Amino acid sequence: MAILEVKNISKHFGGLKAVNDVSFQVQDGEIMGLIGPNGSGKTTIFNCINHYYTISSGDIVFKGKSIKGMKTHRICHLGIGRTFQVVKPLARLSVLDNVTASAFSRTHTIGEARKAAIKVLEFCNLIDQKDKLAKSLPIGGRKRLEIARALATKPDLMLLDETAAGLTPGELDEAIDLIKKMRDSGITILIVEHIMKVIMTISDRIHAINFGQTIGEGTPAEVANNPAVVKAYLGESYAHS
Amino acid sequence: MKKILSWTLFGIVLIAFPLLVSSGYYQHLVILALMWVIIGSSWNILAGYTGQVSFGHAMFFGIGAYTAGILVIHFEISAWWGMLFGGFISMLIGLFVGWVCFRLRGPYFALATLAGGEIFRLIATNWESFTQGMVGILIIQSFTSKLPYYYIVLCLAFFCILVIHLVMKSKWGYYFLSIREDQDAAESLGINTTLYKNLSLLISAFFTGMAGAFYMNYMAFIDPHVVFSLHYISIMAILVGIVGGVATIMGPAVGAFIMVGLQETFRSAFFGLAPQWTSQAHALVFGLLVIFVILFLPNGIVGDWSKIKRKVFRVKAAG
Repeated sequence: MAILEVKNISKHFGGLKAVNDVSFQVQDGEIMGLIGPNGSGKTTIFNCINHYYTISSGDIVFKGKSIKGMKTHRICHLGIGRTFQVVKPLARLSVLDNVTASAFSRTHTIGEARKAAIKVLEFCNLIDQKDKLAKSLPIGGRKRLEIARALATKPDLMLLDETAAGLTPGELDEAIDLIKKMRDSGITILIVEHIMKVIMTISDRIHAINFGQTIGEGTPAEVANNPAVVKAYLGESYAHS
Repeated sequence: MKKILSWTLFGIVLIAFPLLVSSGYYQHLVILALMWVIIGSSWNILAGYTGQVSFGHAMFFGIGAYTAGILVIHFEISAWWGMLFGGFISMLIGLFVGWVCFRLRGPYFALATLAGGEIFRLIATNWESFTQGMVGILIIQSFTSKLPYYYIVLCLAFFCILVIHLVMKSKWGYYFLSIREDQDAAESLGINTTLYKNLSLLISAFFTGMAGAFYMNYMAFIDPHVVFSLHYISIMAILVGIVGGVATIMGPAVGAFIMVGLQETFRSAFFGLAPQWTSQAHALVFGLLVIFVILFLPNGIVGDWSKIKRKVFRVKAAG
């Protein structure tokens, strides 16, 4: 069953068509990758899904209901969590407070929120850092905090925006493990990623876009051999070899 | 334990103060300082904790004061009812201001509140049939002694700080801080940022309005240029917050005593010791103070207390 259906969405900024008639479905329980060269509209699609941007046309359906035009915080309560490519930690709060603030979306008492936050921090292997200020974390920790914060809202669908960018090889393996662990706990994942090691190893299916338009979809192997995708990434001369 | 003890001691000193110091002048100064504790703390919950800097808190102060005054002149109801009504009418106005101004972010919000404060000053000046314009409103004080006023404002200040303390320990508090740190991230965490910014504004407006109504009762005279003053109310509220410590519970309380003390020192030309220093000099000194605080104590006196202690201690050790 499709948990998220993106139906022919377009997003125009003046004359620029950042996203042009893109459609895809994310199935319940899978990890779906969204790839494309820089500026192809991946983050714009994320921003459309949780309504930082209002789509120009098309529809977005989550769990069978249209979420088009719904406020961002309502979408979060329905069960879509997201992380940001440019991390947005609540800088002057501690790691625990960051996640506690987010856990309040499912509870009203501070005791429960803190308990839920600690559970999430353990899940994300951040529990040792819980009393540090968010701004003092290195980039690896901040990316992890983004995930922890989104997890604390108990999402059914998680949008991960380049959570592996800027990580060391060791951190990369940890990030892959964490994403798999999330999937195993029952969360469907839509992930934008440039690092092929990550996207090719964890994705069940991949949707590729360029210049705001779909250029291919399929299993990682199919997409890697898709001439349009190869052309978009490597140029015309590699597309037929 | 040590903390509780020092707080109890502090409380006892404040309660006993007017009994020990019979001079009406000093009682008056502490009453003003306590009133500023309320205004500063209210400003702090909106600007310090929620990150929505207001340049127009005189608006809420003036509305509270005028509510109390108008109750007397038009409805012949005791101005003390204004303490309650002033708070609620301030909240009502706050709701409107929030509805308009929270579409704007950062400096634009601050400028909108600045304009809002001025608009209300002009309304109070020109709507003469209702507000008596520049003539102002004069009422008869309920008490000749300062003691009742002192204890009323002390209770109010305590209540205000307690409420803010409790709010900041709750879900609302976490949401306020999240909005301050990153509004977009806050939205993605399921926080209705518009709603919570408005809640913060309402709390802030309520207590500022109460302080305004208290001012009407205590001073017995108001006019638009005093209670809607950008200089003496709006800017002072910011100074109290910044000097004492933004986003700390006790910061505005400390700031209030310092600022009222400084203002009085200059207003009275160093208590008559240096008459050549005109009262206007305080604007200059306030400016210098703000520069000093921003450069050396960006978190205010309370926020940077450990830093102050360390510096002073080191100086002592060296000397």
